[in-house]
This record gives sequence, structure tokens and C-alpha cells, in this order.
Amino acid sequence: MNTSTSTFVRTEMLPEQAPPLTESGAVKWVRENLFSSVLNGILTVLGVVIVAYLVIGIAPWLSRSVWNAGSLSECRQIIAERWGEGVTGACWAVIRERWPQYLFGFYPSHLYWRPVLAFVLLCVAVAPVLFDKLPRKMLWFSLVYPAVGFWLLWGGSVWVPVMAVAGFAIGYAAAKFLQPVAGTIIAAIAAVLAPVLWWLFLAGPAADALQSLLPIALESVRSREFGGFILAFTIGFTGIAFSLPLGVMLALGRQSDMFIVNKLSVGFIEFIRGVPLITLLFTASLLLNYFLPPGTDFDIILRVIIMVVLFAAAYIAEVVRGGLAALPRGQYEAADALGLDYWKAQRLIIMPQALKISIPGIVSTFIGLFKDTTLVVFVGLLDPLKGITDAVRASTDWKGIYWEPYIFVGAIFFLFCFGMSRYSMYLESKLKTDHR
Amino acid sequence: MSEATALDLTARQIDPSQMKVSDEVAIQITQMNKWYGTFHVLRDINMTVNRGERIVICGPSGSGKSTLIRCINRLEEHQQGQIIVDGTELTSDLKNIDKVRSEVGMVFQHFNLFPHLTILENLTLAPIWVRKTPKAEAVEVAMHYLRKVKIPEQANKYPGQLSGGQQQRVAIARSLCMKPRIMLFDEPTSALDPEMIKEVLDTMIELAEEGMTMLCVTHEMGFAQAVANRVIFMDQGQIVEQNNPKEFFNNPQSDRTKLFLSQILGH
Repeated sequence: MNTSTSTFVRTEMLPEQAPPLTESGAVKWVRENLFSSVLNGILTVLGVVIVAYLVIGIAPWLSRSVWNAGSLSECRQIIAERWGEGVTGACWAVIRERWPQYLFGFYPSHLYWRPVLAFVLLCVAVAPVLFDKLPRKMLWFSLVYPAVGFWLLWGGSVWVPVMAVAGFAIGYAAAKFLQPVAGTIIAAIAAVLAPVLWWLFLAGPAADALQSLLPIALESVRSREFGGFILAFTIGFTGIAFSLPLGVMLALGRQSDMFIVNKLSVGFIEFIRGVPLITLLFTASLLLNYFLPPGTDFDIILRVIIMVVLFAAAYIAEVVRGGLAALPRGQYEAADALGLDYWKAQRLIIMPQALKISIPGIVSTFIGLFKDTTLVVFVGLLDPLKGITDAVRASTDWKGIYWEPYIFVGAIFFLFCFGMSRYSMYLESKLKTDHR
Repeated sequence: MSEATALDLTARQIDPSQMKVSDEVAIQITQMNKWYGTFHVLRDINMTVNRGERIVICGPSGSGKSTLIRCINRLEEHQQGQIIVDGTELTSDLKNIDKVRSEVGMVFQHFNLFPHLTILENLTLAPIWVRKTPKAEAVEVAMHYLRKVKIPEQANKYPGQLSGGQQQRVAIARSLCMKPRIMLFDEPTSALDPEMIKEVLDTMIELAEEGMTMLCVTHEMGFAQAVANRVIFMDQGQIVEQNNPKEFFNNPQSDRTKLFLSQILGH
């Protein structure tokens, strides 16, 4: 019956039927995803061939792994005995034997517990920052952790980090007491100036005096003894922790209506972004000495950290600026109309949204920063990738080993970078409230 | 007549002229001028708003009506003349600006809710951070106003989950949580679908009945007839005509007003 031209009333409803075989299950998936067109089919075959080629090339080498050997020649001998003459195999024994050096560089071995404890405490300090389900009180520990970590890693008198922290307390107190008396601007200036003066002139003598009164100290370790992953983590995590706030301030500076603040921010960002990181590191290690008073002992790791922070901050500033630009003007206007002042509006309305938009870019910058810590090899510090590996290969036992150390170091870096990447995706999905 | 005026707002049986207007001055604007670059947007604006007045400002697009009400809480800066809101003159003094802003509520065309906060957080944010209200009290006040705009059940959702009309009612509630003495509405229904306009206008009418001082830029002439005690017509940055709604609609004086009314009411 032709239903389109005459009236029609359905008398029985049709039951649900299973779809045809070609429209479900594995067959459908393969057809849609792998062979949807001729080009797609060719690419699928090509991809499989490439993967197979790589696996065939690497798998035998990996399968012939040796974990127990004292030297490269011993390793080769074992491989020859087990799998016959003329085959190659992976010699992981080098990692097994030298892993303390990869982790700690030339850090004194009887003090290994200190960086280990510092790392464990770092995890405790970072956890409440990353996961907001944890008790907020833990953030107080996160705030003092830099001083604790510094003391554990470098040792020396406990009063040095305590006096450094005291500087922040002095700044806070100055702001708190001056604000009602002298107004916001003077209080803000005092909050910056007082701690700086404290650190420059008073913190050192105060620490010495307290040390002579109440000597509490750990055996001190010189920066040149740092190496391997503690060096990479120290620089990487400090860089990450300090470059984000600095980057945010620079982004706000670049958006500011205040002429000087604006031009300084733009100048800084463009200069730092226009110069390779290595140039900055050389500046830190060589040139800075010419500008500092003779005899100043300005720690090399500290200098490198400062340069890495400045470098990453310039990039983060631009990423955050992108996030700020993506916010509709209405958000600023609504915040203004409710009577929120500039800083409250930034903190409560603008930054939470701008930073959320910028998460992928910020995390990319962090990952880049973490990997760039290997560049410190150029200023004579023993980074895990080249510094330590070269040191290992300089020994007669491991002369000529090539792939294994690089694969190991690469794998560790990958683990942390991949972790950051996954965390950023978790954060993005957690903060997603727009329901598009 | 525009679609929304077809909504029967006058059926509420209130006579706007009966609603009380006090002699106290809420907003005083004298000889105010504003330029965007070299473009003279507002010219010699003189206007006094008494407490309890409900003023509808209309006019063709680009006539400066939005700019005018945005000057009242200094989202826009005027270059000449004087604006006194609630006894505080608006100058570049940030303290005065923040004081005025916390007393003057504003509702925007595009709602401008904070998408990263829940409805309840949107409502309690300013009372907590600007007024220093304790959180529990702020939540109580927020729920009161959410009930008033008839969406208390949405309190824990995010703005993105609400319809346009609901979002605009939340925006009104957000302003009310600051207990403002004056409310500014910048084309509050222009971004809404016709069926949502009524729910927002109903909320605004209720507010007017309670004696709120309101300045409203809108093309909803039904709303003007239902609650306004004064209609101001602007063109080319100047106030061309103002009158009570009955006279304004039935007996417009200037040719410019007649043309405008014939354009928006004529089909």
C-alpha cells in the first residue's frame, strides 16, 4: 500500500530487530576505523609494516638483556655464552651498578637519606596542591617545604632557612601593621622592601648569632656535589613552583594600563623569549661573576634556578595572557559591577578561568622546563642525561656503553612528563563546568 | 508591536502612577558629557532620579542609552560633568567607585554569570568578599533570593546547565544579594528567546512593586507601560523626550520619538 498518498493507520507495532552483522561488532569497527577508504587501507597496512619493522628490530636486543655484570666486556661475554657469538643484547647491568650515581650524582653516600627524605616530603607537600580532596591544612606544610627541602639537601645551619622564612613573615607583618596607618600603597612597598633589606643585611648575621647560641646543623653539601636526578628534580620542581606565580604576575603586568609596569613586562617577556636558554645559563655561570662584587659566593645551582625560573615565567606569561584574552569582557564587568576590587576580581573570577583555559599550555611549559634541566651540563653541572652518563662511560668498566644509559634516563624523564600530562588532563576534566 | 509586548503584562492590575516615589534623590547627573576617542557619545545629560522611581530608557541602537547607565556605576568613565549616586560623586577615586558599585546592582544583556562557580557561589561571592558577610548568612540570603526568582532547586548547578531565562534570573538574584539601593538593567531580555522573556520581566515587575529604584534600558514597551513611572527617549547621545508612559506612548511630542515609536510599535 502506498502510504504517502492515502491515509494510513498502523495497526501493529514493529518489534526491535538486531542490526545486520556487518553493522556491529568487530567487523564494523575494523571497516570504519581501518579500511574506510582506499587511502585509509593503504595507511593501515603501511602503519602495521612500520610497527612490525621496529618491533622486529628492537625486540631481540631487548630479549637478550643482562642484569648482572661488572663491566661491559663481562656483559658481552655473557651474551655470547647465552645466545651465541655475534649477537647483540641490552646490558642493563650498568644501571644496576651505577643507579646511585644516576640518582644522587656525587652526593656523599652516607647522606643519601637526606635527598630521599626530601623527596618523600616533597610528595607530601605537593599532594594537597594537586588534589583538593586532601585536608587544606596540609598547605601550610607545602608553604614551608622549600625551606625544609633546602636544609635537607644542602645542610648547614638550620637558622639560614629559618631566617629566610622569617623574611616573609616580616613582609607580612609590615603590610598588616602599615595598611591601617599609612594606606595600601605604602604598605605594599614596605611588604616588598622590608624582607629584601632583611635578607640582604640582617638575615645572615642573625642566623650566625642564633647558630652560636643554639647550634643545630646538618653536614653541609656543596652544590658541585649534586648531580643526576636530584639535580634535575631540584631545578625542575623549584623552577615549576616559582615560574607559575611569576608568569601570572608578568601576564597581568602585560595587560596593565600602567605604562611603566606594562612596558617593563613586555620588555622582559620579549627579551627572555628571544634568547636561547643556554645563553641565559652561560650568563648565570660566567658573566654574573663579573657584575657581582669580587669574592661573592653565589651558589651555582641557585643561579641556574633563577635563570630557569625567569625563562619559564616568560613563556607562562604568554600562555596565561592567551587565557586572559579568551575571557569575555563581561566577566570583568560583572566583577566590577559587584564591587570587587582588582585583586579580588583577579583571584576569584579572572584567574581561575584564565588558568583553566591555559592548563595545556602551562603544563607544556612545565614539561619543557623539566626536560631543559639537562642543559645545565653546559655550565658544568652533572645532569643525568649527559653529565652522569659521560662520567659512567669514562670508567674503564663501562667504556663504550651507549644505548642503555640513555634509554634509562629517557624512561625516567618520560615517566614524570607523562605523569604531568595525565594530571593536566585530569585537572581539565575536573574543572570542566561549561557543559558544552 | 514586538513579540514580548504581546505578553499581557498590564493584566497585573497595578497602576504605575500609584506606586510611591520619594522626594529623596538617588542619582543626580548634571551636564554630563562623554567621548569615545573623538566620538561624542553622550551630550549634556541632565537627569535626576528619585528613590523608588522606575525609569525605562529607550532609543535606537547607538543612541548612548547603554553607555548612560554604564556611567552610573562607572563601567564607563565620563569626561565632563557630574554624577552623584547616593550622595557619592563618581570621580577617579577608586574608593568611591567601589562604594557606589556595591550599592548599585547591575544586570547585563548576556547575564555574565561566573561559569566556573555554582549558582550558589555566584550569589554568595560578592557578599562574602565585599560585604564580609559570614558564609552561613550569605548562603541564607542567597537562598532567599533564589526562592524569590523561583529557582532554588538550581542552587548547586553551574550556569552552563541553566536556560537563558533562568540564568538572567540568577543574575538578578546575584545583584540583589548585595542589597543594592538602585538596580540598573542593560537590555536584560534582548538575548532571550521569546518564551523566556516573560519570566524575567515578571521578576523585574515584582522588584518594581517592592519599591526598588530601577533604571532599565529595554525595548519591552509592555514592561514600560506596566511599571515605569517615566520613559526617557534618547537619540544621538542626548535625551530627546521624557514623560510618563501614558503620555509618552499616546501623545509623543518630538518627531524623532514619533518615528521611533512607529517603527517599534507599527507592525
